[in-house]
This record gives sequence, C-alpha cells and structure tokens, in this order.
Amino acid sequence: MAWTRDEMCARAALELEDGFYVNLGIGMPTKVANFIPDDMDVNFQSENGMLGMGPFPTDNEVDADLINAGKQTITETPKSVYFDSAQSFAMIRGGHINMSILGALQVAENGDLANWMIPGKMVKGMGGAMDLVAGVKRVVILMDHNAKDGTAKLLKECNLPLTGAAVVDDIITELGVFRIGDGGVHISELAPDVTVDEVRDRSEATIVTQ
Amino acid sequence: MSKKVYSDAKSALDGLLHDGMTILAGGFGLCGIPEHMILAIRDSGVKDLTIASNNAGVDDFGLGLLLQTRQVKKMISSYVGENKTFEAQFLAGELELEFNPQGTLAERCRAGGAGIPAFYTKTGVGTLIAEGKETKDFDGQTYLMERGLTGDLAIIKAWKGDTVGNVVFRKTARNFNAPMATAGKVCVIEVEELVEPGELDPDGIHLPSIYTHRIFQGQDFEKRIEFRTVSDG
Repeated sequence: MAWTRDEMCARAALELEDGFYVNLGIGMPTKVANFIPDDMDVNFQSENGMLGMGPFPTDNEVDADLINAGKQTITETPKSVYFDSAQSFAMIRGGHINMSILGALQVAENGDLANWMIPGKMVKGMGGAMDLVAGVKRVVILMDHNAKDGTAKLLKECNLPLTGAAVVDDIITELGVFRIGDGGVHISELAPDVTVDEVRDRSEATIVTQ
Repeated sequence: MSKKVYSDAKSALDGLLHDGMTILAGGFGLCGIPEHMILAIRDSGVKDLTIASNNAGVDDFGLGLLLQTRQVKKMISSYVGENKTFEAQFLAGELELEFNPQGTLAERCRAGGAGIPAFYTKTGVGTLIAEGKETKDFDGQTYLMERGLTGDLAIIKAWKGDTVGNVVFRKTARNFNAPMATAGKVCVIEVEELVEPGELDPDGIHLPSIYTHRIFQGQDFEKRIEFRTVSDG
C-alpha cells in the first residue's frame, strides 16, 4: 500500500540526522518538521534570514517582523539567530546547509530538477530554489509520484525548464525512496506492498533495482 | 541635529527622484519594507522606474502601489507570486521582469556595494537564467558569471537608528535591507525609532553609518502581515 502524505513526511524525517542544519521547501516539505523525534536536534534555516525557526505563533505572539520564507508568521526559539539575505545565501551557496527537502514538478534520472516554471502559465519566480539546489550538500525531493493527470514525474529527461542540472540526490514519493545513481533511478526502499513493476509502470525514468 | 536627519519620507527623498532611475527596495514579502518611502515615491509621480526588490508587494500595499500607478517599467525580483496587478501588467507586456535567483539577487547587491563588478556562482548553471551569461570552470565545476548590482537610490527600513545613521534591524525584517543599503549611490533609511548617538550598542549595529546618507523616523508603521498563521498554543 502506498504511503499517505503524513507517512511520506515521516519517512523524509528519517533522512535527517542529529545536528543537521536543514532548509525545508514550501508545501509538503514544511510538514516534515512535525515528524522529527524530540531527542533529535535539527536546526531549520529560513532563507529570508533565520536559523532555529520555531512553530507558528499563538494569536498574541504574532509579530510582523518574524516570518518564514513562505511569508507565514512564525516564532523564534532559544537557538534562533537572524541575519541578512546575503549572509543567508552564503550559508546556502557555500555548502553549509546539510540538507534541503523540496517539492518538484519533474525529476530526471540524471538528477535534473524542474520545479519553478511551466511555460505558458504565469511564472511566479524561482525564489531561493536555484540557490538551494546548487549549494546545499544533499537535495531530497518529496513529491507525488505522478502528476494529477497521471503523467510521470520521474523522467528520462525533464521537459520543463530546469531549476538545476544534476542536483537531486534522493526522491521520496508515496511509492518509496529512490536514489539518483549510475544508470538511472535506484530503488532504496518501497512502501508496503508496492512492487517494482508498479514503480516502473508509473515512471518514465530507468528504474534500477540494485 | 545631524545633517543626515530628515523629518519625513517626502523631505528625505527631496531632490533624489528622477524618471528612469533604478531603486533598490529592501524587504521580503511585506516584511521590512520601507512603507513610508514607497508612499512618498507614489505621491511624487516619478515614473519609468527600475526596481530591484525580492518581491513586488501585494495589490494594495508595498511596491504594488507603484504598479497600480504604472510608475514601474521593470522589476528585478526572485518571486512575484502574490500580486495580481503585476501579473496583469506583465501579461499585457506593460512591465519588464528580470528574474534573479534570490541568492544571486542578494549577492549582486552585496557585491555591488563592495565594489565587486562580477562574481561566479553555481546557482542557475544549466538553466534559463544562464542564457547569454559567461560561464567558467573552476576545479572541475562550471560556474556562472553574475554582475554586481548598484542603484541610484536604496530605500531601506530598519528598526532603530541613531542620528549619525548607524542602524539595527529587527528579526527577519533585516533580509535584503542590509545588502541593498550598501549598493545604493544614495541610501535613505526609515526607522521606527530614532535615537541619539551612543544609545545603540556599537557592537550590535547591523549597518554602519557610512552607508546611510539620510535617515528619518516614520510615523504609524502599518507593518502588514501577508499570511497570518497561528497555532492554538
């Protein structure tokens, strides 16, 4: 049985390690923070200029000067530190962030990632995504295995404009955990009762089983 | 009174605005935006502006106000998703847009302010952003050349400042304000609280006065919140 969205987030949380500095993308990746074990020390970076991001505020804690990269109100923690955007991206581009977990429109078997624009639709912009995938030590993609219309997102080559070339390390979908490696997309783990054939049917990329 | 101190946004911008100029505007979303100077620029009627700002405000607040009045010719931004006016003008071909990756935009300002005309970064290699730009290999990896960015004017929001122009930002409202302040030929800062020299801890100042040309205390900041997200505690 394929994983639920919560199970996908919980599985993604297992990729984190004690002491990691992590940047979570907007959407489903943000929810990974809810599945970190209490005894694990993970520091969340928000690229608008903060390390040690806390949860959403209560009504009377709301502070207009304290938001995350999705422009949502958040709180600080005893570990928090603030800095400017150039410093923030020096951390990202300088390889100081251990891991980024991001969403995707398409991933190719060579690790190419497309997650910022669809030609013909209004383009909102890449924000910090191109910097994150170029600079962060390990890039994990958390996404639905297929698009809403059923088309494959795990491809031989992306046909949407790239966010980065050969930047993805791992992919987590409802079907399992996958790794970009020699010869294509390697299966690291399958969700319960999911078969290799099902993964192959629902992917266009070359699926490698060992 | 220090010669840098002005009474309000209008007087602080007096003589600095002209059609076709480039303005660097601090802020991330609506957080830490120079809201008083944006209003004063709107009221001045100056037009054909090129504005570098991470975002473009919302329809009725922030830089969205200058889009409504069609004073903006071109935006240099990383993300413009929250603005319908922007979308309509862009799709009608009335507004130019140059997307910069967020880190590239920040570093372009830092470099511009530090006298560095260009730098190399891995960000954007192999993407549309790389088209027409020089690449160079260092240690077996390909990097993209990006240019330092300066502007005729930087409009900056800070929390506290002293009358000689040392300023402190607050929490995530620092964002692009600090690097952009260094990259304006003229930098004007609006603060929530203007204090006397000596009242700010010299070890805790985020932007040294040398970058500040004019400063004023804004009255009644709205500090609008874009997405108010709360928990039950």
